[in-house]
Amino acid sequence: MGPLSRRVFELYGARGWAGIGVFAVLVFVVVPVMRLVVPDGSFLHLSDYYVLLFGKIMCYAMVALALDLIWGYAGILSLGHGLFFALGGYAMGMYLMREIGNEGQYRSYLPDFMVFLDWKEFPWYWAGSEYFWLAVLKVLLVPGLLAFVFGWFAFRSRIKGVYFAIITQALTFAFMLLFFRNDTGFGGNNGFTDFKRILGFALAQPETKVTVFAVTGLFLILMLLLCRYIVTSKFGRVLAAIRDAESRIMFSGYNTRDYKLFVWTLSAVLCGIAGALYVPQVGIINPSEMSPANSIEIAIWVAVGGRGTLIGGLVGAGIVNGAKSWLTVAWPELWLFFLGALFVIVTLFLPKGVVGSNLWRRRSVATATSQGKSA
Amino acid sequence: MTSATTSYDGESSTTGMGHVVQPGAIDVSHRAILYVNGVTVSFDGFKALNDLSFAIDAGELRCVIGPNGAGKTTMMDVITGKTRPDVGNVFLGQTLELTQMTEYEIARLGIGRKFQKPSVLENHTVFENLELAMKGPKSVWATLFHRRDSAQEDRIRDMLGRIDLANRMNDLAGLLSHGQKQWLEIGMLLMQDPQILLLDEPAAGMSDEETARTGELLLSLEGKHSIVVVEHDMDFVASIARKVTVLHEGRVLAEGAMDKVQNDERVIEVYLGR
Repeated sequence: MGPLSRRVFELYGARGWAGIGVFAVLVFVVVPVMRLVVPDGSFLHLSDYYVLLFGKIMCYAMVALALDLIWGYAGILSLGHGLFFALGGYAMGMYLMREIGNEGQYRSYLPDFMVFLDWKEFPWYWAGSEYFWLAVLKVLLVPGLLAFVFGWFAFRSRIKGVYFAIITQALTFAFMLLFFRNDTGFGGNNGFTDFKRILGFALAQPETKVTVFAVTGLFLILMLLLCRYIVTSKFGRVLAAIRDAESRIMFSGYNTRDYKLFVWTLSAVLCGIAGALYVPQVGIINPSEMSPANSIEIAIWVAVGGRGTLIGGLVGAGIVNGAKSWLTVAWPELWLFFLGALFVIVTLFLPKGVVGSNLWRRRSVATATSQGKSA
Repeated sequence: MTSATTSYDGESSTTGMGHVVQPGAIDVSHRAILYVNGVTVSFDGFKALNDLSFAIDAGELRCVIGPNGAGKTTMMDVITGKTRPDVGNVFLGQTLELTQMTEYEIARLGIGRKFQKPSVLENHTVFENLELAMKGPKSVWATLFHRRDSAQEDRIRDMLGRIDLANRMNDLAGLLSHGQKQWLEIGMLLMQDPQILLLDEPAAGMSDEETARTGELLLSLEGKHSIVVVEHDMDFVASIARKVTVLHEGRVLAEGAMDKVQNDERVIEVYLGR
């Protein structure tokens, strides 16, 4: 084995890899078979609803992972990560709008909302939006560049803690207002919807849905491994040092601004990817994804699951969104009370979250920084 | 440490002083390694440092004393880049001006700082604390793809022995006693391979025995590093100091051998007598 493959192999112990293996079998075998092979009436048949729910939660889990990377490991709390998620979604959504072709309400090659606004041609920033590869590039670059520029100024001014969090809230709110405007050219408050195809495959086809679902699962696994690589590297130990004692590590010769900027930008890019995988599954993207409350909810997922654990973000996103999908149907009016109560209970009784607290295993929770590497 | 200061290769530039300096290297050809030159720092009109000037020789162990508010910590803040002076400058060697540099640049040039309150990385192991402090490439890229080699491991183990924490290397630093944290922080500074060590109250909160051993550790470093110790404990200062600088109201009140300073009328008045 080469050094890199050995390093990857050592990212998790036997139990960790077993968990990832079970997850992979579930995503790549069990769900596709239950959806596509098992006949419709069977007890084991999985409906589109559950494939979509599971797929959505995997996208949320990516966002939670991205937030845990900066909040749990570098101590940077963002309450604006929904923005990067939405921007990735919009970048993919533009492409999906073009894939509709002239099959919209008005039989025009322009998206319906542009026809409605009486626009005669695409605005300049829609140029090239029909190319999938360009959409992929935008998914990575738009959230990444915005985060880089924002982080450049914020970290240079040494803004941190609650001030940083508040500014990220303001940022996502400002973008939401911008995207609400019809003249911005992204469909106003309706956003993008009525998608027909991706890469020529009909989105209504179960096979397409299951493929997007499996790709989402693949990206989730890759992101988890990437984040795990980062936090178990020396870079990750510097991040944790920035979180715990920034001036100590700065006076040890580390340019902490570069570290924060790198991980902050990476985190935004991961959110963008999550958003891009989310949109073809749910079939809609609109500015409500940028609402401040959405971004706060992301922080709750991570807090519930356990900060500084990576897995905690995935678990938290699963628990909260699982509960949400059930409660908003059963008792819609109770959902926000439940969410608030959950946050209070976790803060009071499980400050390290479900995964971080010693619920199931007895071992020191010195954060993952002191785990998973040779003594 | 002085070997790195002069060089005779073609890229060097000759100064008017009749010797050759290498850009970026610390030039101690005039013996002094650190010059603080006319530094004034004011906070809302209060002058924490008031035209402060002094120099530290290469390899010297210097103690800085003074009553509360004399400007000792502010002086360290200025030298390490945390605070920018209103007026004045700080030179490392003859050529490197520090007041325009950032904290990490100054640290990489070879100035290590220990804080008043022991400041170690509590959620990292003792070993990791030393590893992170160790001199070497400290960029994002370098740490992302860093692989520890055996020479580095040996250096860390060697330091663990010197600061007497070999049997605690895999413990979290937060579990150490107060004195052990102080030593670990000194060990972290030494891993940086510094030219100058700035130690803010290294014996604070230590038992008598720990204080004595800290003194021995510092004396063993004399000559290899220049050391500036800010201290309140006069017995400790007396046990290690060759030369003492007394600060008062942001400037140097007296400077010289410990016994001479102790008998200085003005020093007794503002500090020792109380």
